[in-house]
Amino acid sequence: MKDFRYLRNVATLELRESACIGCGRCVEVCPHKVFFLAEKRSRIVDFDGCMECGACAKNCPTAAIKVDAGVGCASGLITEWLRERNIRGGGGGCCS
Amino acid sequence: MASELAWTDRLGGWKARWGIGRMSYLIPAGLYAVGQPTPADPVVVTANYKMSYDLVRRSLAGRNVWLLVLETFGINVWCAAGKGTFGTDELVRRIDATGLAQVVTHRRLLLPILGAPGVAAHDVAGLTGFTVRYATIRADDLPAYLDNGMVTTPSMRELTFTFRERLVLIPVELVLALKPTAAVCAVIFLLAALLGGVPAGLWTLLAYAGAVFTGIAVAPLLLPWLPARSFAVKGALAGLAWSTGYYLLAGGGSWSVPVAIAAFLTLPAVSAFYTLNFTGCTTFTSRSGVKKEMRLALPVMGGALAVSALLLVAGLFL
Repeated sequence: MKDFRYLRNVATLELRESACIGCGRCVEVCPHKVFFLAEKRSRIVDFDGCMECGACAKNCPTAAIKVDAGVGCASGLITEWLRERNIRGGGGGCCS
Repeated sequence: MASELAWTDRLGGWKARWGIGRMSYLIPAGLYAVGQPTPADPVVVTANYKMSYDLVRRSLAGRNVWLLVLETFGINVWCAAGKGTFGTDELVRRIDATGLAQVVTHRRLLLPILGAPGVAAHDVAGLTGFTVRYATIRADDLPAYLDNGMVTTPSMRELTFTFRERLVLIPVELVLALKPTAAVCAVIFLLAALLGGVPAGLWTLLAYAGAVFTGIAVAPLLLPWLPARSFAVKGALAGLAWSTGYYLLAGGGSWSVPVAIAAFLTLPAVSAFYTLNFTGCTTFTSRSGVKKEMRLALPVMGGALAVSALLLVAGLFL
C-alpha cells in the first residue's frame, strides 16, 4: 500500500521459485502487490508490503508459497497465547 | 430481490457499526437473483453478513446477476475468509445445495478478492467444475469490473485505508471497549475518591477514559500523520499528547512530582495498548509484525504501570 507501511523484515512469507508454474494466482489475490509475474515465474517484489493474509499460499496450486497467516490484533494474539498455555482468556478478539 | 437499499437497511447498517445486534445481522445463505438473470448471467459470491450483502446488491443495481450467498454466520467476507467459514468447503457445499450447476450454463464464479485467504480456487475447480475469478476488493468496483469485460484493473486489486474507512471502524471498537473500561474506571474512581475526595476521583476517571479514547479513536484517525511504523509507538505518542492536554486541563502544576510522572507514564501506556489492538482492524499490518510489537511493547507497558503504581504508593508516604 502506498499510504501505509508497517514494520520491516517481519513477514513470514516464503516463495519457492523452483516450484512456481507461473499461473499468476498470487498476483491476482494479493491486495498489496507483493508479487510480480515475469517470464512465467512469480517473484516477491514488495516483501514488507505483505500483511500475511494467506491468500497467495491458499491459492497456489503447487504449494510454492508459505506464510504464517492468522489473527493480527493484540487481543486476539493474547487470547491465542493464553489458549496455547491452556489458560482461559476473557474471550474478546477483534472480528470474532 | 431489490437492489436499492431501504431506510431500514441503512438503519440496520448504522446499528451494526455501533455493535447493536451486530452478531445476528445476517441473511439466509443461498442463491439470490438480482434483476432477472438468465442461465448465462454471471454469479457473484458473497458472505451472509447483511452489510456485505447490502453493499453487493446495491452495487449491482440495474443489472441481472446471480448472487450466491455463503453461510459465514453473519461475518464479513474478509474475517470469515481468515477463519475459513468463507472457504472452499462452504463454497463447494453451497454450489451443491443451491443446484447452481443446473441454474447457470457457464462455469464461472466471481469472488471478492478478500475472500481469497479462505478459498483455494484450484480445489473448487477440481471439486465442482466451477472456475473461480477473484474480481475486485470493493463491491463498489463490481459494475466497472463487469463493464470492463471482467478484467480487474490495478486499483480494483489494491487495498486502501482512507480516513473514512478508518472512521467507520471506530464506533464498534469504542462499544467493545466500553465494558472493560467501565470496570477499570469504577475501580480507579473509588481508589482516587477514597484518597482525595470525589473531585479527585472524577479527574482520575477522566484521565483514564481520555487515554482509552485517544488509543481507540484519535490515534487510528491520525494514523498516517503519527510518526513511526509501530502502532504501540503511534499510540504512545498520541497518549503523550493527551497526557499533556490533561496536565494543562487539570492544573497539573499543583501535582506532586510522583503523580505527574505516573500520569505521563500510565496514560501513554494505556493509549499505546489500544492503538496496538487496532492492528486487528487495519488493512496492512501483519501478524508477525504485531507479535514483534507485543513482545517489545507489553513489557514496557507493564513496566510503566508498575513504576507508576510504586510512585503513587511511595508518594502517599513521603
